[in-house]
Amino acid sequence: MAMAVRVFLLLTLLFLYANFSSALYEDQVGLMDWHQQYIGKVKHAVFHTQRAGRKRVVVSTEENAIASLDLRTGDIFWRHVLGANDAVDGIDIALGKYVITLSSEGSILRAWNLPDGQMVWETFLRGSTSSNSLLSILTNFKMDKENMVLVFGGGCLHAVSSIDGETIWRKELATESFEIRQILQSPESDIIHALGFVGSSKFVTYKIDAKNGELLKHTSTAFPGGFPGELSLVSADTVVALDATRSILVSISFQNGETSFHQTFISDLVADSAGVATILPARLTGIFAMKINSFIVFISVTDEHKLEVVQKITYPAAVSDVLSFSEGQKAFALVQHGGSRIQLVVKLDNDWSTDLLKESIEIDPKKGFVEKVFINNYIRTDRSHGFRALVVMEDHSLLLLQQGDIVWSREDGLASIIDMTTSELPVEKKGVSVAKVEHNLFEWLKGHFLKLKGTLMLASPDDITSIQEMRLKSSEKNKMTRDHNGFRKLLIVLTKAGKLYALHTGDGRVIWSLLLSSLRRSEVCEHPTGLNIYQWQVPHHHAMDENPSVLVVGKCGLGFDAPGVFSFVDSYTGKELDSLSLAHSVAQVITLPFTDSTEQRLHLLIDASNHAHVYPRNLEAVNILERELPNIYWYSVEYQRDIITGHALKGNCILDVEDEYCFNTRELWSIVFPSEAEKIIATATRKLNEVVHTQAKVIADQDVMYKYISRNLLFVATVAPKAAGEIGSATPEESWLVVYLIDTITGRILHRVTHFGSQGPVHAVFSENWVIYHYFNLRAHRYEMSVIEIYDQSRAGNKDVWKLVLGKHNLTSAISSYSRPEVMVKSQTYFFTHSVKTMAVTSTSKGITSKQLLIGTIGDQVLALDKRYLDPRRSPDPTQTEREEGIIPLTDSLPIIPQSYVTHSLKVEGLRGIVTVPAKLESTSLVFAYGVDLFFTRIAPSRTYDSLTEDFSYALLLITIVALIAAIFVTWILSENKELREKWSLTVQ
Amino acid sequence: MERRNRKTLLFCFCLFFSLIILSSAFQSDELLQDDEEFGLEGRRAPDLDHINPTRTPSAPVRRRSSSDHDSDSKVQFSLEHAFADSDFSPAGTFTARLKTSSHGGQTLTKLRFSRTGFSETEKEEFKKLLKDDEFYRIRIPSNVLSPPGKDYIISSVKARCLPREGLDEHFVIHMDGVNILAVNYGSPGACQYPRPLKYPGKWSFNSYTVLKNSEQAPRTPVFSEEILGGENIEGESTKPPERSFWAKYWMYLIPLGLIVMNAITQAMNLPEEQAVAQTQQTMQQRAPSSAVRRR
Repeated sequence: MAMAVRVFLLLTLLFLYANFSSALYEDQVGLMDWHQQYIGKVKHAVFHTQRAGRKRVVVSTEENAIASLDLRTGDIFWRHVLGANDAVDGIDIALGKYVITLSSEGSILRAWNLPDGQMVWETFLRGSTSSNSLLSILTNFKMDKENMVLVFGGGCLHAVSSIDGETIWRKELATESFEIRQILQSPESDIIHALGFVGSSKFVTYKIDAKNGELLKHTSTAFPGGFPGELSLVSADTVVALDATRSILVSISFQNGETSFHQTFISDLVADSAGVATILPARLTGIFAMKINSFIVFISVTDEHKLEVVQKITYPAAVSDVLSFSEGQKAFALVQHGGSRIQLVVKLDNDWSTDLLKESIEIDPKKGFVEKVFINNYIRTDRSHGFRALVVMEDHSLLLLQQGDIVWSREDGLASIIDMTTSELPVEKKGVSVAKVEHNLFEWLKGHFLKLKGTLMLASPDDITSIQEMRLKSSEKNKMTRDHNGFRKLLIVLTKAGKLYALHTGDGRVIWSLLLSSLRRSEVCEHPTGLNIYQWQVPHHHAMDENPSVLVVGKCGLGFDAPGVFSFVDSYTGKELDSLSLAHSVAQVITLPFTDSTEQRLHLLIDASNHAHVYPRNLEAVNILERELPNIYWYSVEYQRDIITGHALKGNCILDVEDEYCFNTRELWSIVFPSEAEKIIATATRKLNEVVHTQAKVIADQDVMYKYISRNLLFVATVAPKAAGEIGSATPEESWLVVYLIDTITGRILHRVTHFGSQGPVHAVFSENWVIYHYFNLRAHRYEMSVIEIYDQSRAGNKDVWKLVLGKHNLTSAISSYSRPEVMVKSQTYFFTHSVKTMAVTSTSKGITSKQLLIGTIGDQVLALDKRYLDPRRSPDPTQTEREEGIIPLTDSLPIIPQSYVTHSLKVEGLRGIVTVPAKLESTSLVFAYGVDLFFTRIAPSRTYDSLTEDFSYALLLITIVALIAAIFVTWILSENKELREKWSLTVQ
Repeated sequence: MERRNRKTLLFCFCLFFSLIILSSAFQSDELLQDDEEFGLEGRRAPDLDHINPTRTPSAPVRRRSSSDHDSDSKVQFSLEHAFADSDFSPAGTFTARLKTSSHGGQTLTKLRFSRTGFSETEKEEFKKLLKDDEFYRIRIPSNVLSPPGKDYIISSVKARCLPREGLDEHFVIHMDGVNILAVNYGSPGACQYPRPLKYPGKWSFNSYTVLKNSEQAPRTPVFSEEILGGENIEGESTKPPERSFWAKYWMYLIPLGLIVMNAITQAMNLPEEQAVAQTQQTMQQRAPSSAVRRR
């Protein structure tokens, strides 16, 4: 029996290892993968419509992307995603052909060619102190026909030529904590004014000659009330600011070097002024906008510094900057909500009463409120002025409104995915008609006939294109029902905006989306943040008819003790079933392997004070939990203090209020890393849903090794505190990396090893009985990847067949974490060329297929690397039997095979995560990579050994069979005839 | 269980013996250091504490330092215990030698442990733990020089795992210089599940202690480039030349053999059938010719 098992295993292994990493043919691109490009929530937008054949808008986003979008379709002309810590501060167009961006807190200025997005020049601006940053392009000041770019950043004012990025002059204005809020230029002369605050109490103006940066005049006036920092320019010599208490409006005039303050109480202007007032950063003339309570108040400033309320509108509204559209005329846009419609009004900025444009547009309520609006003008066919508006919604989507209609919309919320889960599609039922997407027989045959022509090389170029089209648009993969192979699923993603999207794995289209009410900003909840998404109800046994649902966990506020919020969402319809505001905070969510009678999964929420709360809140759940109470353990990692603690549950909470769903916890173990020597930088655990096919591993010499498979293993990597920073900040002597394998039930350290001269960042994956981690080796100046495999020695004695036959083995005995483990560890280290953004490992439904590592490279691609390359048993010269087993001769570095890029030629810009989901077909695993872009594909680490390929020609098979049968009949008839003739010839003789 | 223990003991003894033969010049406390003796790099040194008599365990630890210039001093730190959720109370003392090496590194060696037995009330409390299948918890300071250091290090075990004849306990203390990272506390062997309620025969502790330091990771193997052929990456390499004749040509030999066998059988059948088949053969030979003629 054992022998047979072993032989079978060996055969399987051989079979699996016989395959090598497979690549894609050119015509297979897009067959089972899709790629979507996004940009993120738009921060700034600049239109480029004058004298341009292709109308476009250049935007910068919160995902640090700069993109040029087609104004007609919303497609991306070009796009650049800057690094994660290279946030864009300002964007503008200079000379009509360069896009100027200021990023990294005013220290990097770049110019991009407008038509194709090539970088033209880049200038590093060195500042002395940190301050805010401001970008301003002097348009009506011409110096040798070039525009000058004025940049304030790092306490310095820089004038940069827009042609080549040369610094023309640099003026240090570095008094402590000086911040420029506004740069003004006189229309006629070469004088610029810079206005700002020093600290919170002084208002400062600088008058500077734009030609050479000479400081002409400098005033500094203290204001006892103090300023919170916002400022709005209302005319060429007047600005309005709030005082520190935010209850007084201060209009500041600074004409002729004289600064004077005029104070007006907000309560004198607005009736109910109890709330916190903020000045909106819209640049209007003569008027400024202020948000107070749930209103936006427009206040005009007269010459005598008298403030008057012009208009008061209810809050969900947005105001654009002013746009000068013809000689001396300036307009701005105002967007307001009314039910499910939004109203876009464009007004002249000096004449409040007339509307240049008033449109009412129906908008999907799932997009939430309007957050930002940018306007642009164009000349209509009747030579009048028309306006279009670019609108950023609450869910980060981007819309272009023109002529009372939505011209296009982009779902850019998908650029900032926080977490994702999957859901199965509904089962295909008899009553449910899916005929719409299905072919009739004729089309099916025609398709296969075409395919046959293709295989037999008889197809004309037209046929080939139609074959390709047919393959890409295969209706099979886009159906809304479950398939046998489990390829069709719903990817449910939670984005930063608090919106849920369900994407179809077939082509990535959005099936439904939902802006979660619990994660929207409200009076109660100022800073809602989404945290995680979990499968709440996966019906399969008892509650087959119910729809599956997901649980979205968020919290209300930024602190760690902010109260949590729950939302339950139906996975098929996208309706919010229920939402809860929790009384406690959410520090950790533990998915328990139990479900109640309605298939709702039990979740344990640990709050900041280490109480555990069980959800769903019903008695059944509590009963289940109480039964399993002694077997529930959890651990927490305190990154700040470098302590890992283990906990267990214990009786109900003793609180003021009786709460049967709340449990006390107690500390069972702790691991304290000495703060002078070690700092935790990475942890990794096995995925909860991972399946391991077999515990035994047959090695070459017919021996068996037993994998130490425990769900409660934690990988921890610590580095020397000195080496916790960037690579190169510490010498090899003072940096080390220590890795641990810890049993999270008992806190036992199963393995501990130090890599001297190495440092982070560490990326690790944990699967089955092995962990692979990636780090930097300072001595070798290279990245390294190490593998640790852990084997159970206590079962190693079970090799004797007789023992197995007679039952004298311990294979079936229960494993307790409290037993002293007898483990054996094998490890090996390899060099790896790339730096890594994220790592994942493929998972299949039964865990038989060999594994591949999915490595998110620095180039935003996903590389698949066979686990075989990271086998600790690789040796320089493997024996024949080892070779048969699939052991590769030892090399010092891991190969990067260009064909094994899962993303082939595509890039997943800003790659943040890779998720693998098993398909029902054992050989295949679904891969979803997300960042600013989304990419989905399915991969077969050992090739699809359990199914025919997509392009298998059934028609050819059928035709062959038919032809064979026909041939049989023909030959039969022929032979009959021949026999008959022979018999006749005999009788004739 | 019994048998396995004895086996391990035997195995350890053999190892011990062979080591002594191999490195007789070495001090006995070098024994556990010799990872190389146990073959694979990266493997943990096997715990030889089983053969170390109780209360005199020592697992010396040194970190690339020469012992010549080391200075020693004695340190003491205490073990505290708690029953379920009770407060911690002293339960024993660890004594060890603190070695200060020439370049400032400090390590602990020669760890000794003296356990204070249970008092009557503690016995009762422990019995209660056994009855309820509760946790017996211990803690030690995280710094041996200035206890408790950053924080106490806690470890716990289900009380039912401890009783054998006496109370058997096993400490693995993970050290980093003078800091204690973690202590793994539990029974020296297996703890079966479900845990049966069993009271100890004697209320005395058999304590085993092990000190552990981090081991160094093996270096990445570095090869010269010529060994690294492109084909090696694919996992294929030149086939070994020596293969038997039979292994190489079986696919030709088997058909050949079949043909030969076929021929032999035909040859044997031929004489018998000749007489019978003669007439038929002539007829058959004639038949096609006649057919041709007819056409």
